[in-house]
Amino acid sequence: MSTYSALTAAVTTQAEEHGQAVAEATGVFSWTWLLIAIPLLGAAILLLGGRRTNSVGHLIGTAASSLSFVVGVVLFFAMLGEGATERAFTVPLWEWFNAGGYEVQVSLLLDQLSMAFVLLITGVGSLIHVYSIGYMEHDENRRRFFGYLNLFVAAMLLLVLAADYLILFIGWEGVGLASYLLIGFWQHKPSAAVAAKKAFIVNRVGDMGMILAISSMLAVFGSSAFDVVFASADGASTGWLTAIGLFLLLGACGKSAQFPLQSWLLDAMEGPTPVSALIHAATMVTAGVYLIVRSAAIYDLAPDARTAVVIVGTITLLMGAIIGCAKDDIKKALAGSTMSQIGYMMLAAGLGPAGYAFAIFHLITHGFFKANMFLGAGSVMHGMNDEVDMRKYGGLRVAMPVTFATFAMGYLAIIGIPPFAGYFSKDRIIEAALAENWVIGACAILGAGITAFYMTRVMLMTFFGSRRWKQSQPPHESPPVMTIPLIVLAVLSVVGGAGLLYVSAGIVEWLAPVTGEEHHDLPIPLAAIIAITLATVLAGIAIAWGMYGRKPIREDVPAGNPLTVAARRDLYGDAFNEAVLMRPGQYLTRSLVYVENRGVDGAVVGTATAIGGLSSRLRRWQTGFVRSYALTMLAGAGFVVVAMLLVRLP
Amino acid sequence: MSPTPFLVLSAILFTIGGAGVLLRRNALVAFMSVELMLNAANLAFVTFARMHGNLHGQIVAFFVMVVAAAEVVVGLAIIVTIFRTRRSASVDDASLLKL
Repeated sequence: MSTYSALTAAVTTQAEEHGQAVAEATGVFSWTWLLIAIPLLGAAILLLGGRRTNSVGHLIGTAASSLSFVVGVVLFFAMLGEGATERAFTVPLWEWFNAGGYEVQVSLLLDQLSMAFVLLITGVGSLIHVYSIGYMEHDENRRRFFGYLNLFVAAMLLLVLAADYLILFIGWEGVGLASYLLIGFWQHKPSAAVAAKKAFIVNRVGDMGMILAISSMLAVFGSSAFDVVFASADGASTGWLTAIGLFLLLGACGKSAQFPLQSWLLDAMEGPTPVSALIHAATMVTAGVYLIVRSAAIYDLAPDARTAVVIVGTITLLMGAIIGCAKDDIKKALAGSTMSQIGYMMLAAGLGPAGYAFAIFHLITHGFFKANMFLGAGSVMHGMNDEVDMRKYGGLRVAMPVTFATFAMGYLAIIGIPPFAGYFSKDRIIEAALAENWVIGACAILGAGITAFYMTRVMLMTFFGSRRWKQSQPPHESPPVMTIPLIVLAVLSVVGGAGLLYVSAGIVEWLAPVTGEEHHDLPIPLAAIIAITLATVLAGIAIAWGMYGRKPIREDVPAGNPLTVAARRDLYGDAFNEAVLMRPGQYLTRSLVYVENRGVDGAVVGTATAIGGLSSRLRRWQTGFVRSYALTMLAGAGFVVVAMLLVRLP
Repeated sequence: MSPTPFLVLSAILFTIGGAGVLLRRNALVAFMSVELMLNAANLAFVTFARMHGNLHGQIVAFFVMVVAAAEVVVGLAIIVTIFRTRRSASVDDASLLKL
């Protein structure tokens, strides 16, 4: 107990993050743990309560998530009341274990960064809960679904509130588990079961990176607590810091579906659509960006690791965008878009203090409009008997006016038309990228153009053009329980960007005490950058309109050029994994099994057979006849006597 | 006094005993032959004790007698039990304790 209080005292006096003192939580902040406890309790009630809670399961789940949001809002306003650089609080809970030189405290860290995530996770998460009430209405396992959703939210909150990489890792694994359960929610479909396994296994590769990073921290710093690691980071060698940075990047790639661990994201569309919205907007894929931004102190001192983050982000933003262009499945097109947008965030996070705040800014606006569009896609599927092929949509703007209007807001936000949310956040990233390196900046602008192309394509194929659906019942608009979350998210998609940037001091100032701030001189004037970006975006829209707006859309899939074919197959990501990892792995296991059977087992079995054969020969001697034994004894005695005589006589 | 006749007698008795053990099927007779061998050995021990003029051999002879008495008790008990259950005292019949 004495070491415990000594350590918390050390936390309050020493811990600083980028110049911000971290105080021990008092008053309302000491209730931070409620944020995690409420959804966790909800999940426990729903999953342990069994069928008894079937009738109220969805209400309990939604209430738990909303209550957590309310707690988050209360904490947010309490935090606003503090000074700009006195907004970080640590909430020590209990000592987890104390083994040898390592002691791990379960403690939470609530600062501006985690606050932003808390509001995004619980806010968007609650809207998705509300939407799911309608979307999953006819599913007999709705209670279980809400239990998993609550678990997901609780795990994600633990991830962003932890004050120690080991505690963060628990949330990290919890998110992995919840995503596995939800992607495979309709496990009676083999494709869903396979997709869930794929997501889990690809995430394991990333988790390996996390484990290596945490182990390295324990080896280098003797602790994995944020305050210790960040305070002593500049004492460590650059080699170690680069290694830790790269390990963390591997972990982030797994969770955030970044190249080369992106393959699980597109298959994860097998889950119910609200799950896709939750994974893509509020939880899961944002974890990687959070990890990089949270580990700013390490990346600041490891420029090589930061360069790797930028490269990974740039590759992914282009890959995701290209994949999004070729998919006919509306959810997969949106999934490609998520990959691409998370690529933007990683790119920004890799730019260091100049980009951290923009990464989080884009993450939040993306949370708004991507949740909006995924839920919109779910609403379309709901009205179209779960049809996902956009070639069978068309002209739905009349049948589903609310879905159309809200989806359009998300569309305008993601392609970055001013003054919608995505314009502000994406533009900041493009500026920061250009200031760092013009190649990266050019890739970011190109990505914006491709984004405009594929999103316009989704828009045109779904809501405009000829009606290609052949249902007896015309598609219908979704019930209010589904459209109201859509409307809320659409409003956020419109005002979220400008609101976050300009209300009060704005999100960049808000995050500055945690992420630091840095301004670079732009190589070309700001107006020119905005003009070029907008021109690229408009060009993307124009090309898409030329290809999908003017001409009627074919219902059969055209052959397409080689790039389209490659993009339809996820740019051969799966083929690569299969050829380079899976097949050699299979050969390796097969040859190992052969060596085991023939070599190791052969030696063991051979020895046993030889001894068995020998003993069956020896057994013949045991005839059971006493007189033959006696004769043997006599012969032996005679032999001994003769031998002794021979030795003694000379 | 020459020890030779005694030792010759001892050798003859031992040979008779050994032949009896090896050749007779009746367990009781084989048993008696074992006793004969033991007593032949006793005779040799006593002869050598006399020859060397000390008591070592005689002491060993006593030990042999004690061990033989104990062995007779156990051996006869086994033979009687086998005879009761199997109605046979032939040593060749009691050959079941093998794989």
